[in-house]
Amino acid sequence: MPQTTLPIQLTVNGTRRRIAVAPHHTLLEVLREDLRLTGSKECCLVGECGACTVLVDGWSVDACLVLAVEADGADVLTVEGLASPDGRLAPIQAAFLDQGGVQCGFCIPGQLMSAHALLAEHPHPTRAEIEEGMAGNLCRCACYEQIFAAIGQAAAGDAPDLGGLGAGAHAGGARAGAKTSAEGLDQ
Amino acid sequence: MRPFTYARPDTLADAVALLAERGAEARVLAGGTDLIIRLRDGSARPAVVVDVKRVPELAPGIRVGDRGTLVIGATTTMTEIAAHPLVRRDLAGLAEAAAVVGSVQIRNRATLAGNLCNASPAADTAPSLLVHGAVVVAHGPSGERRIALDDFFVRSGVTTLAPGELVVAIEIPAPEAGRIASAHQRRTRRRGHDLASVTLACGLDASGLARIAYGSVGPRPVLRLDTTGVLADAASSDEARAPVFETIFADASPSARSMRAGPEYRLAMLRVLGRRALATAQARLAAGE
Repeated sequence: MPQTTLPIQLTVNGTRRRIAVAPHHTLLEVLREDLRLTGSKECCLVGECGACTVLVDGWSVDACLVLAVEADGADVLTVEGLASPDGRLAPIQAAFLDQGGVQCGFCIPGQLMSAHALLAEHPHPTRAEIEEGMAGNLCRCACYEQIFAAIGQAAAGDAPDLGGLGAGAHAGGARAGAKTSAEGLDQ
Repeated sequence: MRPFTYARPDTLADAVALLAERGAEARVLAGGTDLIIRLRDGSARPAVVVDVKRVPELAPGIRVGDRGTLVIGATTTMTEIAAHPLVRRDLAGLAEAAAVVGSVQIRNRATLAGNLCNASPAADTAPSLLVHGAVVVAHGPSGERRIALDDFFVRSGVTTLAPGELVVAIEIPAPEAGRIASAHQRRTRRRGHDLASVTLACGLDASGLARIAYGSVGPRPVLRLDTTGVLADAASSDEARAPVFETIFADASPSARSMRAGPEYRLAMLRVLGRRALATAQARLAAGE
């Protein structure tokens, strides 16, 4: 008989969570259905559209291609963790609104997470870096130019709010280091 | 997704024992970018999924081993490979190939061993690893063995790994005839996350030996050598090279049933990419890159 559930613990947007998950449930399913964080969207389920993009230990991943049990011990940042607790938007979110990067909005949580990870690695990205960094996120409304402009605006303005809730994107591949910032925030 | 038992062994011995015990009932999980799709669509129906990411011997990382061998841990991701200074300096073709696998999100998960063990004919890292003479280090119930990558692939989804064997690392031996300058080229229908319609690498060294490896044009990646010196000679003409390329590409047998590209297009692009990769590898060899 397969296992019914396994206990895992993970930090989601700065809060330590201990939950029991089914081994065959993805991180996306657990975020949306168990933790009720429905910002991350289920769409293609084959890792092509990027609507479910979240950061795991600072790395952007398609949450539909990660089992929740694989995230045991990880630090997860979802779109719900971008804005400040008082509701103040992160610069990249404000820039998306300023530039009209949001039409139907379905892909935007994933677009924001990829943009967030991109800016953490390339604070002043070139056009080519933006195109490559965002290539894993599709937009049926074809707002690509507005989204790229928003990333440019966020890069040109104040430094993006990478502090966020501690589970910020990695810089220069420091994957292990990304976890430490959130350790103190879960109590 | 159908339910399964999830196992996360902490030691290589436990992982190998579990794989040997469960045989065809077990599937190895590394980055998951292929396996989880197959678990969801039902084309893989394991009773046990064995997550090997916490086995220390398979840990991500790139290091220099004995006699200058570059050792890449089985679970090293494409992102790490593409960014690593030693790979970019000594295995330029591999760095280029790892940088075009899928999207950022896929590259942050997809592992080198996973790319090889899936044995997709379109695996982008395979041609560059073949021209660099890569060796797969496998560990199984009867111990460790080394498999030349050219002896590893059988056909799509099938390798020469024995039941219970696990890839621990990929080794790239220090070349005997001086450094190999390599370059990777591929064609896809669109950027971002398409599989290769043609994927190809060229490797040259100062002795005049040229290595061309190519994939997505037959059941497995193919490695061919040119020992005539014609390809390696920067001064040789296109007319002189054409028959050599024809011999090298004689083993391409693209399927007419593939969705991604027709056989005529693939065979034509194979020759274009061959010339481009050769030119880049020649320039890199001359520049000492």
